Amino acid sequence: MADIHKNEVDAVSGVSTTGHEWDGIRELNNPLPRWWLWTFYACIVWAVLYWIAYPAWPLVSSYTYGVLGWKSRDAVQVQLADLRAQRAVFADKLAAASLTEIESNPELLSFARAQGRAAFGDNCAPCHGSGAAGSPGYPNLNDDDWLWGGSLEQIQQTILHGIRSTDPDAHVGDMMAFGRDGILPRPEVVAVADYVRSLSNLPVPQGVTPDLAKGKEVFDANCAACHGPDGKGNPELGAPNLTDGIWLYGSGRDNVIASITNGRAGIMPAWAGRLDPTTVKALTVYVHSLGGGR
Amino acid sequence: MSQLNSSDGQEVSGSGATEPGVDQSGRKKMTFGEGGLAIVFAILALSCITIAAKAQDTAYAFHAYLSAFASIAAVFVILNRYVDRPAALPPLEIDGKPNYNFGPVKFATIAAVFWGIAGFTIGVIIAFQLAFPALNFDLPWTAFGRLRPLHTSAVIFAFGGNVLIGTSFYVVQRTSRARLAGYLAPWFVVLGYNFFIVIAGTGYLLGITQSKEYAEPEWYADLWLTVVWVAYLLVFLATIWRRREPHIYVANWFYLAFIVTIAMLHLGNNASIPVSVFSPKSYIVWSGVQDAMVQWWYGHNAVGFFLTAGFLAIMYYFIPKRADRPVYSYRLSIVHFWALIFIYIWAGPHHLHYTALPDWAQTLGMTFSIILWMPSWGGMINGLMTLSGAWDKLRTDPVLRMMVVSVAFYGMSTFEGPMMSVKAVNSLSHYTDWTIGHVHSGALGWVAYISFGAVYCLVPWLWNKKQLYSLKLVNWHFWISTIGIVFYISAMWVAGILQGLMWRAYTSLGFLEYSFIETVEAMHPFYIIRAVGGVLFLIGALLMAFNIYMTIREPETAEADTGVRANPSLVPAE
Repeated sequence: MADIHKNEVDAVSGVSTTGHEWDGIRELNNPLPRWWLWTFYACIVWAVLYWIAYPAWPLVSSYTYGVLGWKSRDAVQVQLADLRAQRAVFADKLAAASLTEIESNPELLSFARAQGRAAFGDNCAPCHGSGAAGSPGYPNLNDDDWLWGGSLEQIQQTILHGIRSTDPDAHVGDMMAFGRDGILPRPEVVAVADYVRSLSNLPVPQGVTPDLAKGKEVFDANCAACHGPDGKGNPELGAPNLTDGIWLYGSGRDNVIASITNGRAGIMPAWAGRLDPTTVKALTVYVHSLGGGR
Repeated sequence: MSQLNSSDGQEVSGSGATEPGVDQSGRKKMTFGEGGLAIVFAILALSCITIAAKAQDTAYAFHAYLSAFASIAAVFVILNRYVDRPAALPPLEIDGKPNYNFGPVKFATIAAVFWGIAGFTIGVIIAFQLAFPALNFDLPWTAFGRLRPLHTSAVIFAFGGNVLIGTSFYVVQRTSRARLAGYLAPWFVVLGYNFFIVIAGTGYLLGITQSKEYAEPEWYADLWLTVVWVAYLLVFLATIWRRREPHIYVANWFYLAFIVTIAMLHLGNNASIPVSVFSPKSYIVWSGVQDAMVQWWYGHNAVGFFLTAGFLAIMYYFIPKRADRPVYSYRLSIVHFWALIFIYIWAGPHHLHYTALPDWAQTLGMTFSIILWMPSWGGMINGLMTLSGAWDKLRTDPVLRMMVVSVAFYGMSTFEGPMMSVKAVNSLSHYTDWTIGHVHSGALGWVAYISFGAVYCLVPWLWNKKQLYSLKLVNWHFWISTIGIVFYISAMWVAGILQGLMWRAYTSLGFLEYSFIETVEAMHPFYIIRAVGGVLFLIGALLMAFNIYMTIREPETAEADTGVRANPSLVPAE
């Protein structure tokens, strides 16, 4: 390297250059900034102290444990124990109490609802919505219309085993594909759709003259067995009430015709085994308390 | 490809019968490289056709046919170039001045702008998809899962990679005062690399991926990239080898660290065994937590050596050049270079805090990230302090302003990074959009801005123009995209911290306060702001593309302003 004293001096800063030039670029001979160097050292010192305190360096078949003896697995155990302790007072009571006992004990009820709300948000909300208001095909849980019954026991049964799920105890009920399977010809499907819509006084679209007599005839022969002669449904079979103005798949004429033509078979998974029994209990109470519980 | 023939700057016939490309009697002779490469490509074409015929799925067959077509095209181009060239290969020097080879640099510069705009556009699309999922259109090819790697690869490897290859080929020539080594090799590197990008990108859209973040291309694309990368390393090294300067300029140290380390990372992380030569599918040799560790050793150092070391090299050439000032401190450049490359390689485990990775590895990842803070800032200090005595230029030169702001963003994200690697901070920030904000303050603010600055400098130099078509447009580009970046990163900071706090919020009874869905809902307004920021950034890039197009169309000047001027601020020492 060239003798530093012979190098050029930058007129702006008064600092000498290193004497080299690359494509017109030179380098000044400034020292390392002090603050930079000392901060660098401080970071290294901090790191060394951290290595002494915590698990840090791998050895042949082990590693340096650190003087604090900290382990992430232990830390998680402590946090879980803290959480269990926080919940303990009520969690044990909840596990032991029956559904009706929970409902009659205000403190236990509010605890169960808090747990149920958290469990609902992460497990049920994706289909039923954060506020349990449902969406087409996924029932609203806030109203008092229940496909498979709205008592505490019935709700718990539905949560545990699901609907048309793989669980052997699941609710099973078929709304047949009357049109697609050729059970009813198209005019009869349309007539019965108009009749069913008339049960809850739905407005008739313009240009449609419903044949209600024909529709009733078809209804009595094909639908009444499940939905009842007056169309009020049957929770034993999961047959919805057709007179209450609540329509899972929409109340439009086309929606109803589609339901009768192709049938409906919504699925709810079974939660037994995925959620522990206490959580299912809490969920049951939570859903029951949303507004429509019987 | 047609650029190939007119690309080598001045091709002046040399004399002397012993030169390559000329036989004893002075007649044109095919070089070993020309003949060899043509034969290799011919064999490759045949192999690809065979593989295409027996390929186990159509997407793979498409890639095989594409490769066969490209190989055949390569044979024709090589032969055509041989027929058209004068007997002697381009001389290394003309009248004692280096005969620079800027053809591949030009190609890479244009490719960078093209891929940049493509990558930013995909980024805007997926940003809107996150705010409005219906924009996935329920089609496999437009689903977020396929477009996201397309975005990351397009901006990092296609845009960033072309900027790095282009600028490195320019800088190594100018700072070594030597013509780029190799006759076909530099073209092989540039075109081969861009072919890799086409294979990778079309593969993602068709569903071919090995599902490793930032290393999604499958085994055959990885093998091709390995060949291209080794050629890149050899061209770069050979050019340094024939330099006419006593010392290697600092920018070239950084480029070399980038090339060597990326080669190592690529080989380590992509070690896999293909199911069959007729199938795109392969299995990674690593498994479980070892695979996670190798993945983030790769992933983090892709940030460290591709997006940091490589772009610091750009900074070290283009900022002093544009500011017309000497680099602030030679000593700092040495110390921070060695510190950076030795320490960066340890920091990967901070991507795996609170996972199955052993505690000791997490500790090392975190502590080395903290130690890395100052070595990273060394580059920022050298970049900013180089401006001392030239700060007034920021008022008048938006290109320089862009590069200086990029260094400021670099400083900000290299502080934020170590901070986020601290486990206590990471427990809040990890898996949230804060990480996305952090990445983009580095990617948009640092990597893209220093690249835009370099491209704005390079285009008039390469195409012999007096200056850019419009500095005013550069100013517009600067302000529009700066506002875009601020929208983007502030939205992601708020979104990320909100998300982290919502995830960890417990009620007084010990249950989670918010369901996951509620935290997703809360992100919606920030996702819209982020997407708008992305649109602004894209508009800026489109202005740049127009400006560059118009610059190239301008008439050439006799004497290009290459920035080589007598340095009036330097006077001989007493």
